[in-house]
Amino acid sequence: MNAPPIPENLKKHPRLGQWLDLGPDGRLRAYSGKVDLGQGISHALRLVVAQELRVKLDQVVMVRATTAKSPDEAVTSGSLSIQHSGAALRYAAAQLREVCRSRFAQQHGVPPEAVELDNGIFSLEAGRFTARYQDLVDDAMLAAPIEPRHLRPSDGDRPRLGAERRPDIEAKVFGQFEFINDLALPDMCFGQVFRPKTLGAKIDEAAAGRLEDELTRLAGVIQVIRDGILIGVLADAENVLAKAARKVQAADPWRGTADVPPARAIAAWLKSQPLETSVILDQRPQAPVAGPVRVFRAEYERPWLQHASIGLSCAIAQWSDGALQVWSHSQGIFNLRRDLGLAFALPAQAVTVSHCDGAGCYGHNGADDVAFDAAWLARHAAGRPVKTQWTRQGEMANSPLGPAMTVAVEAGIDEAGNLRSWKQEVWSQGHGSRPGRGETPALLGAWQTENAFPVTMAVNASLAAGGGSERNAVPPYAIPEIEVVNHRVLAMPLRVSALRSLGAHLNVLAAESTIDDIARSVGRDPLEFRLAHLQDERARAVLAEAARISGWESGTSRGAGEGFGRGIGFARYKNTGGYCAVVAQLVMEERVKLRKLSIAADLGLLIHPDGARSQLEGGAIQAASWTLCEAADIGPEGVRSDCWESYPIFKFSEVPEVEVALIDRPDCASLGAGECSIGPTAAAIANAIHDALGVRIRAMPFTADNLLKIVQADQAS
Amino acid sequence: MATEIEFILNGRATLVRADPEQTLLDVLRNTLGLKATRLGCGTGQCGACTVIIGDQAVSSCDTPMWSVAGKELTTLEGLGSREAPHRLQATFIEEQALQCGYCTSGLLMAAAALLKRNPHPSVPDIRQALERNLCRCGVHNRVIRAVQKASS
Repeated sequence: MNAPPIPENLKKHPRLGQWLDLGPDGRLRAYSGKVDLGQGISHALRLVVAQELRVKLDQVVMVRATTAKSPDEAVTSGSLSIQHSGAALRYAAAQLREVCRSRFAQQHGVPPEAVELDNGIFSLEAGRFTARYQDLVDDAMLAAPIEPRHLRPSDGDRPRLGAERRPDIEAKVFGQFEFINDLALPDMCFGQVFRPKTLGAKIDEAAAGRLEDELTRLAGVIQVIRDGILIGVLADAENVLAKAARKVQAADPWRGTADVPPARAIAAWLKSQPLETSVILDQRPQAPVAGPVRVFRAEYERPWLQHASIGLSCAIAQWSDGALQVWSHSQGIFNLRRDLGLAFALPAQAVTVSHCDGAGCYGHNGADDVAFDAAWLARHAAGRPVKTQWTRQGEMANSPLGPAMTVAVEAGIDEAGNLRSWKQEVWSQGHGSRPGRGETPALLGAWQTENAFPVTMAVNASLAAGGGSERNAVPPYAIPEIEVVNHRVLAMPLRVSALRSLGAHLNVLAAESTIDDIARSVGRDPLEFRLAHLQDERARAVLAEAARISGWESGTSRGAGEGFGRGIGFARYKNTGGYCAVVAQLVMEERVKLRKLSIAADLGLLIHPDGARSQLEGGAIQAASWTLCEAADIGPEGVRSDCWESYPIFKFSEVPEVEVALIDRPDCASLGAGECSIGPTAAAIANAIHDALGVRIRAMPFTADNLLKIVQADQAS
Repeated sequence: MATEIEFILNGRATLVRADPEQTLLDVLRNTLGLKATRLGCGTGQCGACTVIIGDQAVSSCDTPMWSVAGKELTTLEGLGSREAPHRLQATFIEEQALQCGYCTSGLLMAAAALLKRNPHPSVPDIRQALERNLCRCGVHNRVIRAVQKASS
């Protein structure tokens, strides 16, 4: 294996003991700042450690992340946990292994190469002398800085360990897994924070006063708290809060509207807002080339989307002696700690955030906000821990939305029908308003108290981190002239933030739709046309593999009758991450019936192949749901789609068959799996619809209604 | 007002004091401490809180306590154990048929109710029986395979 790049987090936390140490039971403890969001990352990291240490899996314990002990690895996002935390732990484990080997060799006066290591036992002279890690590790070893030179290419245990199953799955199947929603602390009480559905709302004092009286009289209510436009309720039991919620809904004391665009006017709205424009790439031809003989121009669009986790955002908070302890399913426990410190005027050291698993997380949801809510309520709870869980309605109305986007592509071809020039222009709000990055807290409740902090405007991550709305806006193809421009929309009538894959969803769909249109219009096979413009062997290999498993070349996916369509999509996530190609097969019925997705991916060295497959498939199904049926329904009163009937997601009847092929690259650094199938899946679906209908649909979601409009417009023209 | 309500829960005669309008989910989680059944929406739209009443899969989040008096109830805790797993529990593990697992309890109960009524369901039968159970991680195909395997 080629050594992975040294992660920044290893430079920030250079001591071995910050990543690995020895538990009281003699097992090795591994520390990561990355957290489980349902993706199974702690299992994959544990496999990395066990592989490098050459121990059985049960000899490694992953310590649940807490700001009190774990390395600060910022946010679990961007498909970077394997690339960053995995690499750091690999370096740490390799060092521990080699230092222990040397120590054992020294004790016996032999060179380190003479020492055998198998199943966690160091041995000499065919087992005459042996030692375990716990016999060799000492404090000085753990205090030493990690030196990357210890990582070596041999790794015979990888396939065996890679087949190990996630232990949490068993606990979940037997109903023994404790989600944060199940956590109960001694003397705990329950709280809910009630708030308006729009950011600029005011409170009607008279109505609020009457509501406060009503809530105070409710049996089981401990206290009603008013602060700014927030109304908090502390109660002895969860069901009291449900009764309180009904009273709040009936009284609705807030007044305010959001200046949102009318339905189907997203592109015009985005372009008419104040913009911050940046040039992402301006690549001029190296040698003079003739102008394009033909130019293809088109604009693509996606609406605001919702995270729509099945679980509810939840947190527990407790104050004691001016210090705050929080249990949270946040993606960034250190970032949350920092912003809780800002919100409550505490030094960061006075706040501890411990991670506890929540339901699946697909980006910046309500986890951080509900942690603020719990902490804010707990200040009034006289030292008792307070549990706060959002309602379904609160979850969908108050969590950040995935930003709407418009992407324009203008591509020119030369005489031979090859790509000559490419311009991709993106209009979108920033894709991140997460905590931990600004001078004021990025926590919803902190913007709504009496001494309110300003609303945090969504920004884009740096290009080095893969960017935000401009993620994957640079096409992967060899084109002499490329210009990529990003316009960040500086208006945020409703809160937006990170949703799985950020801008890659629409950028890849736009680029891959354009590529398909060009290939078809010059009479070339869309697969061949892509291959002809790709120089990276790994990119070519995933396309060829997706084609192979879907029967692209043989044409077996063709000829399935009227209304059948197939399409292909490719991207390398962020242009630096996992390679993924998808072939979609579908049939046009009264709406799009997705039949099959064939996915091929190259994630470098595979750590947990089944986990990678599940992530690729899950990402593809989620992307198919977004692309075919999802759009947040928003209005002046805020998010209207606040339940599963108004925000439908894919159901069992809609889910296609999925086949996943992995290309193992033991000699290449490991890459993340969670997001790379999103853009290619959306693109493959768009191209398959075009194949089936002969018309191009460019504005998501591709619902029956939207398709009908496109077909009618096409017939009218 | 609170009243005594009797029913059979996971094979055991059970008596609770509850408000008749209280939801079954609230009583399971907060009175009886059975937390495998999960709250997802509170309006019977997502299936996370599915339990079996008689031989039907039912959302417990919008089932009032008065309606369960005298009934036979099964929650995930009563479906099987590590020592004696229900065949669906075994096949869910074999297929690693979950990611976050928040919807899993409800899926297992909906699938178990299906297998009670129809021991050899077709794939369309399985899809139909699970149609009211939402999953956002996208493990649907693994779940379908696990149910098929458990019924073969």
